[in-house]
Amino acid sequence: MKILVAVKRVIDYNVKVRVKADQSNVDLNNVKMALNPFCEIAVEEAVRLKEQGVATEVVVVSIGSKSCQEQLRNALALGCDRAIQVESEDGPDSLSVARILAKVAESEEPGLILLGKQAIDSDNNQTGQMLAALLDRPQATFASEIKVEDGKALVTREIDGGLQTLRLTLPAVVTTDLRLNEPRFASLPNIMKAKRKPLEVKLADDLGVNVSSNLKLISVEEPAQRQAGIKVSSVDELVEKLRNEAKVIA
Amino acid sequence: MSTLVLIEHDNRTLSPISLNVLSAAKQIGKPITALVAGAGCADVANQVAKIADVDLVLLADSVAYEHQVAENVSKLLLEQIDPDNKGADVARFSNLLAASTTTGKNVLPRVAALLGVNQLSDVMSIESEGRFKRAIYAGNAIATVESCDAVKVMTVRGTAFDAISAEGGSAQIEQVSSVHSSGDIEFIEESLAVSERPELTAATTVVSGGRGLANGENFNMLYSLADKLGAAVGASRAAVDAGFVPNDMQVGQTGKMVAPELYIAVGISGAIQHLAGMKDSKVIVAINKDEEAPIFQVADYGVVGDLFELVPEIEKQI
Repeated sequence: MKILVAVKRVIDYNVKVRVKADQSNVDLNNVKMALNPFCEIAVEEAVRLKEQGVATEVVVVSIGSKSCQEQLRNALALGCDRAIQVESEDGPDSLSVARILAKVAESEEPGLILLGKQAIDSDNNQTGQMLAALLDRPQATFASEIKVEDGKALVTREIDGGLQTLRLTLPAVVTTDLRLNEPRFASLPNIMKAKRKPLEVKLADDLGVNVSSNLKLISVEEPAQRQAGIKVSSVDELVEKLRNEAKVIA
Repeated sequence: MSTLVLIEHDNRTLSPISLNVLSAAKQIGKPITALVAGAGCADVANQVAKIADVDLVLLADSVAYEHQVAENVSKLLLEQIDPDNKGADVARFSNLLAASTTTGKNVLPRVAALLGVNQLSDVMSIESEGRFKRAIYAGNAIATVESCDAVKVMTVRGTAFDAISAEGGSAQIEQVSSVHSSGDIEFIEESLAVSERPELTAATTVVSGGRGLANGENFNMLYSLADKLGAAVGASRAAVDAGFVPNDMQVGQTGKMVAPELYIAVGISGAIQHLAGMKDSKVIVAINKDEEAPIFQVADYGVVGDLFELVPEIEKQI
């Protein structure tokens, strides 16, 4: 079985996000970029499935400008076999990404498609679901456990209030949650080897997908800052303030 | 303008967050049609019909919808919006709303893709007919976005909209007989935490614990305080990752977003990730032994000290 993993290049999760002075967007100049953490978990899961003998090949795909090849090489160093970059402007909307991925899936015919549940920049949490709908295949979002057997995937999902388990007929789309696994670090020999693994570049236009969007970013602002309050010296004082000043307890 | 709202429920009771979503729907455009999809969920439809702002209730009662399986519910929604598959431009509704819960997030993007439109996730403010605000970068920036899609599909952040009244209405209930049932997906089981305490995102008071609690057993102290306050209990990602408590208790950008009247953070340092999930609370109390902890920068009232002494003391005094 072939696994297709879709990944996104995003701001490193350790970097403090700054809004540009003209409020046009977040400032990404000279900022460290990385593989989206949820995508990293998807890559790890795909590689583990290959190590278990469930998958035979892991293909990683990313959509964006040439710079996303850095993240594709990173995924190759983590154990993916080959990479596809679909060249496009950075940051196409979720529907365009899903349409591009659907085209890639149609030609690659993977048994399982793994994606992160959301990217930590746009926080949309949409692409996997949209892709599954476009392919008319089943989905399991927010996965915390994946077992593949007999052409089916048994997936445990993290839902509000607990866990849910679904059985999906492959091919299927699964999006990963935080606790699915702990991604490994790429070793130096694997980083070197990754440089020689195949990386194919395609154009979104060639796939017949128009990435123009009906969504327009008008402005980006800093969130309202909360003012730090006061420190109280005792529980007596705290309870008194909560009761008489804030009036939040009886 | 007309708005379709996917109602959240457990087949017996209307989930309170739906009242917040309906509040957003009211701002976007009436009339409001509420879809109750589930199995044996007629009671829920009756509850929804009593909501003054709801104009029509659609009830789709079938085992196919019992667990809100996305493959089935998305096609049901699509059929309501675009019955003859003529495209979003001539759709029966101009807006589709659902709560930004794991159910809403699971189902709605499928509908958007099938309609050929984008989705706005976790909308926190409606500026005008086509203009919305939503948090990006884990709440570290707020984006204003404009959509010119013919159908606006969006999930709504419940805590950003005041709940509307659940009374005063008598909407008609219309049965939807079509059943969409995918053979490619099978529900196996669900294990939901059973709790006497209020649901985290709906609670007026939340007591949360972090790594400072040191182990899961010490959370009993918080449960005890919470029961006295009628509060829900949450946790930081650090506490969840350390295995002190289950995942569904996590408050934060990757967990639950809460905005109660009173939020008490116990032994939580205040990572950005956590703050993003609770900083809209009305009053924040922080209890931490480290006076430099970032949680104090957002707290209205901070107490520096040993939580193992302070928490029982607070419980005694309230």
